[in-house]
Amino acid sequence: MSDSQVITESAVNAAVESALAAIAAAADSAALKQVRTEHTGEASPLAKLNGELRNVAPDQKAPLGKLVGQARGRVNGAFAAREQEIVEAENAAQLEAEALDVTALASRYTAGARHPLTLLQDRVSEIFTGMGWEIAEGPEVESEWFNFDALNFDADHPARAMQDTFFIDPPESHLVLRTHTSPVQIRSLLDRELPVYVLAPGRVYRTDEFDATHLPVFMQFEGLAVDKGLTMAHLKGTLDHFVKSIFGDEAKIRLRPSYFPFTEPSAELDFWHPTFKHGPRWIEWGGCGMINPNVLRAAGIDPDEYSGFAFGMGIERGLMLRNDVQDMREMVEGDVRFSQQFGMVV
Amino acid sequence: MRVPLSWLAEYVDLAPGSTTEDVHAALVQVGLEEEDVHTFDVTGPVVVGEVLEFVEEPQKNGKVIRWCQVRVAPEGQLAADGGPDVHGIVCGAGNFFVGDKVVVTLPGAVLPGPFPITPRKTYGHVSDGMIASTRELGLGDEHDGILRLSTLGVDAEPGTDAIALLGLDDAAVEINVTPDRGYAFSIRGVAREYSHATGAKFDDPALRDALRPTGTNGFPVALADEAPIHGKPGVRVFATRIVRNVDAARPTPPWMVSRLKLAGIRSISLLVDITNYVMLELGQPIHGYDLDTLTDGITVRRAQPGEKLTTLDAQARTLSPEDLLITDGSGPIGLAGVMGGATTEMGENTRNVLIEAANFDPVSIARTARRHKLPSEASKRFERGVDPAIAVAAASRVAELMVELAGGEADETGSLVGEPTTAEPILLPNGYVSGLIGIEYTAEEIRGSLVEIGATVDDADGGLRVIAPSWRPDITDKSDLAEEVARIVGYDRIPSVLPVAPPGRGLTRSQRVRRTVADTLAAAGSTEIVAFPFLPASENDKFGSPTAGSVPAIKVANALDASAPYLRTSLIPGLISAAKRNLSRGLTDVSLFELGLVFTPENGKRYGQAELPSGVARPTDEQLAELNAGIPPQPRHVGVLIVGNAVAKQPGIASVPSGITDALAAVSQIGLATGAQIDVIQGSHHSMHPGRTAELRVGDRVVGYAGELLPQLALDSDLPRVVAVAELDLDAILEATDAAITAGVIGTLPAATQDLSLVVPRSVPAGDVLATVREGSGELLEDIRLVDDYRGKGVADDAKSLTFALRFRAADRTLTAAEASEAKLAGSALATERFGAVLRE
Repeated sequence: MSDSQVITESAVNAAVESALAAIAAAADSAALKQVRTEHTGEASPLAKLNGELRNVAPDQKAPLGKLVGQARGRVNGAFAAREQEIVEAENAAQLEAEALDVTALASRYTAGARHPLTLLQDRVSEIFTGMGWEIAEGPEVESEWFNFDALNFDADHPARAMQDTFFIDPPESHLVLRTHTSPVQIRSLLDRELPVYVLAPGRVYRTDEFDATHLPVFMQFEGLAVDKGLTMAHLKGTLDHFVKSIFGDEAKIRLRPSYFPFTEPSAELDFWHPTFKHGPRWIEWGGCGMINPNVLRAAGIDPDEYSGFAFGMGIERGLMLRNDVQDMREMVEGDVRFSQQFGMVV
Repeated sequence: MRVPLSWLAEYVDLAPGSTTEDVHAALVQVGLEEEDVHTFDVTGPVVVGEVLEFVEEPQKNGKVIRWCQVRVAPEGQLAADGGPDVHGIVCGAGNFFVGDKVVVTLPGAVLPGPFPITPRKTYGHVSDGMIASTRELGLGDEHDGILRLSTLGVDAEPGTDAIALLGLDDAAVEINVTPDRGYAFSIRGVAREYSHATGAKFDDPALRDALRPTGTNGFPVALADEAPIHGKPGVRVFATRIVRNVDAARPTPPWMVSRLKLAGIRSISLLVDITNYVMLELGQPIHGYDLDTLTDGITVRRAQPGEKLTTLDAQARTLSPEDLLITDGSGPIGLAGVMGGATTEMGENTRNVLIEAANFDPVSIARTARRHKLPSEASKRFERGVDPAIAVAAASRVAELMVELAGGEADETGSLVGEPTTAEPILLPNGYVSGLIGIEYTAEEIRGSLVEIGATVDDADGGLRVIAPSWRPDITDKSDLAEEVARIVGYDRIPSVLPVAPPGRGLTRSQRVRRTVADTLAAAGSTEIVAFPFLPASENDKFGSPTAGSVPAIKVANALDASAPYLRTSLIPGLISAAKRNLSRGLTDVSLFELGLVFTPENGKRYGQAELPSGVARPTDEQLAELNAGIPPQPRHVGVLIVGNAVAKQPGIASVPSGITDALAAVSQIGLATGAQIDVIQGSHHSMHPGRTAELRVGDRVVGYAGELLPQLALDSDLPRVVAVAELDLDAILEATDAAITAGVIGTLPAATQDLSLVVPRSVPAGDVLATVREGSGELLEDIRLVDDYRGKGVADDAKSLTFALRFRAADRTLTAAEASEAKLAGSALATERFGAVLRE
């Protein structure tokens, strides 16, 4: 039997040494796979020694089994350790190979932009919807009745001639391109249940020359509130809140006596801000006042029961003041660079 | 209105040293807004000089200059420039004599321009100053020679400060007068307002005792308006006064010339200057007639049809029966309140003057001024309302000045026909003003403010009975009184109180969707523009309809650009113009969009209405319905235009040119943003590429077009050959789409995926095949996508092989491959039935 002793310590050690040397020499996962087949596969010396365990004497099974088992354990452990080393090295190499210059990448994305006027219009609308107001709209080709007559501009009123109106052909149709957003006041008062708190933003038209500070087509927003007990203090409070919301807490307003056919008392709205380009100062930004009782009557509302206020401002001027746009013409030329300065933010 | 400060100070206590800024600041508080400042811009030593002698020296260029010795200071004293009392001055003018007093601008003076005066070498002399003309001083247009002071009726010692002497040290504030404040078109009105603003004492020039007439039945005047407008007679008051033996050739004194000049009115002749001066001072337009040219008395009446009048500006005018006329025995001699006639005007030889100070109806004057395109200083005041109680005072003031300055003699008796209408009393209930303004005014503040503006205030039951002053015809309602109290007490007293609105419902669906559409297109790389909506007819014809022909459009009667009088029926022309502008500025890859109204009248329909309801009360429901029916349709569109590369060339990738694909991507984005299922169908549009046009539908409704412009049209517009566009009617999309989405059940069981290749004739649109397969495959089909369109070897020349990827899923079980195949083949069979599709293995 002893002659036939195949499983010897030296044979096992030789197999282990040979396997460990091969594992250490494997440079990549392919080589390691090859080593694995050679040193742990069915035809490997250790597998063969393991197979011989079937032939050993029963009293030798335990010690020899332990010898071979420990040997296989050492080899497998070495495999796992080497395998991890190689995977880590290979991962690191792959990441290094994948490195890119992030400043030179191709982009399938092109930047677009909203127009700052419509963005500002949306922003203004949000401030008022936040107060519970609703957004009202009306047609741009409008009947003179809504644009003038109902707003206390009768046919011979000097203010009507001063409005620089675009008339629709034929003039007997009494249609105009609305000269202000104020006709929406009348439409709102006729269509809605009282009380009414609405903001009416939109495009308006005047036969103004086209230059750095005038556009024949521009955007306004008109506020209208009709309720019981509204006073000029409420008008001031609303405008105060509005300019602080859009220009910051340091902004403040001032009302100056003025005249509009559809308000009485009437006021010009000035506002002040510390960061204006040429120093803090008062800048005119629109008209306002308490709704003229004649306007309420034209909408079938009893001025002894209800009162209200209205105000109107130009969005273009707001943009000029807020974002330092120098020339109004840039707003309507459609040069993408103008809108792209703003992106989606105003 | 321009107000010289020296003139203002005659009627109100102006604090000494008040600047134009001070006066502007005071006036703005009461509602007279700052417009401008006017000065003569003459500074430095400008003195009276006496020409002692001169030598005429002919020059080579043919001119003759005068080398003058001019005394510019009393003998033995230093001149204002520190020089000797006699200066040598070269003068090119020849209209003066030895002994004349002239105006000398000494070195150091600055004339308007600015034009600084320095000693300068010229024509062989050192000219130590300049002898000035009227125009050089900014006093008038006269420049044929220098100003001789004797022609102004002025004499002063040499060396006297000529700036003060001629009123060149005065300055005027210009204010914007709102249409309700006609009385502020006068020094009188502005002085009163200055007093309201500052509390300074006001002295009403209309109450001065200036040559008042002793009787009212002088020159015969008849008021005979037989066709009043709105029931209001065209003339309410007509006052006259005669001044005889005037010397029309006398000069207008310099103080009057300078005030008129600062007020923006050119000096013409003494008599005319006086009428203008009084108009500015009191706000009452004055007309002066050469009495000797009048035939019999004056009658004020409406024109007869076809009647003619030649006005002062030498225009022969055909009159309208609505025009109010001043007539005498010879016929019309003036357009009342607008412009006088040529035959009776005052001139150099006038000896006797008839002064007219009348009060005309604002509406009548406004219409006549507009009809004859004759806005004048007079009509501007009448349109806004002139104090009807001031006519006699104004005529007296003119008479006084004509006596004083033109040496005339005023008739003691004037004439006065008609009576000023008095204002209706207004009841001002207790608490009304405080309730409207939001300040608890004291009773004294309210009464005091109203008395201060000149109203008559009495106690009445439950409030005050207020009669507005005659110069404030705009005050007709208690709200007008509230404004007066608020502005006299000060708008700065009004507190700031934020009102609480009832809960609102947020944005409407249309408003929300519009924002989402704009945000989505911008996020996807398109840039929003805002274009003017004015177009030539040809542009509307190209894009307002998918078929060729004339497209009905709204026309602007007074377009700014006569070549583009129509309102847009499409957004595409505006986008094309903007694209062109970007390209011309070197921006080659551009994607633009616009959201806005287009104006789409129906063919042949008439909009608007000839007769409007009154604005005095709410129209009836029928009238309102009619008004609204007369408004042309104005749907809201979204338009997109893409030109150049969709993806630019970059490291590692080639450029991707834009085209219809990008237009359809925008359509998908719009579909996403609106919640609409927008179907893309092979379509046609006369301005678009015949093979690259998609008709866009929501359900059965056509909501727009997308594709590429007709290449020739793009080239004709100076754009590249390929221009992708899309235009959709947002209103139509929303109408055709349910506002609420109904959620389905999201299946979680495994899906079965299969491919399907079908050979169909090339003429069959892939979209139709896809829709058919979807229909035939039934409910198990969850998704279908076209993955290949193969033409070539193995497929007939007139056919194509379409490959679809299909994903099947059942809600209640894991599908077997057999079930999925069965569903797919059902889809395939339907395609075979409809298009002869052949299954390709």
